[in-house]
Amino acid sequence: MKYEVVIGLEVHAQLSTNSKIFCTCANRYGEAPNTLTCPVCLGMPGTLPVLNEQAIHFAIKTGLALECSIRRYSRTARKNYFYPDLPKGYQISQYEDPICYNGKLLIETDGKPREIGITRIHIEEDAGKSIHGMGSGTGVDFNRCGVPLIEIVSEPDMRSPAEARAYLAKLKQILKYLNVSDCNMEEGSLRCDANVSLRPMGATTLGTKTEVKNMNSFRAVEKALEYEVARQTTVLDEGGRIEAVTLFWNDATEEAVLMRSKEEAHDYRYFPEPDLVPISVPEAMVETIRGQLPELPAARAERFLKAYGLNEETVRILIAEVEWARYFEDVVKTGVKAKSAATWVTGEVLRVLKEREAGLDDFPVSASRLGELIRYIEAGKISNQAAKKVFETMLTSDQAVAELIEAAGLSQVSDTDFLETIIREVLAAHPEELARYREGKKQLMGFFVGQVMKKSKGRANPKIVNQLLQSALESD
Amino acid sequence: MKISEKEVLHIAKLARLELTDEEVETFAHQMGDILTYMDKLNEVDTTDVEPLSHVHDMVNRLREDKAEPSISREDALKNAPETDGTFFKVPRVIKE
Repeated sequence: MKYEVVIGLEVHAQLSTNSKIFCTCANRYGEAPNTLTCPVCLGMPGTLPVLNEQAIHFAIKTGLALECSIRRYSRTARKNYFYPDLPKGYQISQYEDPICYNGKLLIETDGKPREIGITRIHIEEDAGKSIHGMGSGTGVDFNRCGVPLIEIVSEPDMRSPAEARAYLAKLKQILKYLNVSDCNMEEGSLRCDANVSLRPMGATTLGTKTEVKNMNSFRAVEKALEYEVARQTTVLDEGGRIEAVTLFWNDATEEAVLMRSKEEAHDYRYFPEPDLVPISVPEAMVETIRGQLPELPAARAERFLKAYGLNEETVRILIAEVEWARYFEDVVKTGVKAKSAATWVTGEVLRVLKEREAGLDDFPVSASRLGELIRYIEAGKISNQAAKKVFETMLTSDQAVAELIEAAGLSQVSDTDFLETIIREVLAAHPEELARYREGKKQLMGFFVGQVMKKSKGRANPKIVNQLLQSALESD
Repeated sequence: MKISEKEVLHIAKLARLELTDEEVETFAHQMGDILTYMDKLNEVDTTDVEPLSHVHDMVNRLREDKAEPSISREDALKNAPETDGTFFKVPRVIKE
């Protein structure tokens, strides 16, 4: 039977605040275990939480970017359960009245745009981290306990694992543009759970759903969902019934294993958090935050297309990461052509970033230095090929660009006497090709240019070589 | 109001408490009595009354996003039932 796939995602993003959500401990990843704690985040009796203002602002900012309504009066709630990484025995979250609701996000797969509904965004605190495999027991590190989170819940609007992946990628892009989360899936600052169900094509009621957890990369999200869709299809095709279970994705074996059945699932007994007063969000606050919204990816793409005359594919690459777009514009600001800047950023710069698996934060070539290098090309002082070599040296040297060009002996040769000598030598060395060219095989032009460039060690100005070659080939 | 033994056991499980058979019976009675007493509230007409979550009108007691030094690890681990000097140690959580 043919089934329709129905997927909804719950995404947790750690907010990039300076301090935790209810106490003044620093919100930092990668510190020595249990060095970022205090009586509040350790859940000591008698301590009281005080809500971090920035966490609210970040949640509202995200809500506005996802076209949500912002709730004017919102409360926190206690979610009660026992787990070793949760010292209080409850998590402070939100329940009935999340701070943002009813939003949407536009995604695109295979060129088809689709609107995915955002049910809600609420704030909550992260739990500590359990370290398994420590011999006799489990170790717990509470540095992460109390780190502010937003949970973004989508409507069950996605119809394929590919759409789920596209949604997550788009969401991450927007969160990065907003600068509210660093969204590092490997470090766990962006986490994703999925609800998956199938129903016969054309049906309007939803089938029984399962929950898939522990998908730590975009690839894992797509793989895990494909796995679960295939599993449910087999069960249904064999006349079986889907059980409401939670599955844990194992990326190494590419299998989802049963975590617990939903019947035994926690009974959270939510109730309004008595230790925190309600949150009131006046219109003025919403408008102030709206005024601080940065240019979002869709608007930026449109501006890049219009202002810089770039093609869609190039723009798509440039705006993929907020810092790539910023770097590109910084290069353009140095006075070079937008097209050259785009070619260099999407070409050489991204190639190096990919090789190093690094971000632009610690990229050794500043936008202004890249701009300078491109200006040498535009002025005809260095060939594009030679510039690439200089670029390589710039990755490890802070020396002035002009000096690096000089030192590499790569300044472009436009001296016609010198170039004519080389051309004569090249023609003399290839009589056969010369004869065929003169018989009409004009494509051999490229071959001759290549030979001249090679002989000049890439330093010949290709424009002048072309002119000189043309006349040399036609005249004799 | 009557609370069944099954309900008592469920609540005990959520609270991670082990009860003897006598305790189950005692708590079933006591909890039933409490609920019967609270049931008096249902005699009041609350048709147009919003449920109350906080007893005062205060809102937005917020804190500026500023980090302060945390306590030392040594202090943090002082109340740990078991520790290796770095982590809080708890019985193994997942089966290997």
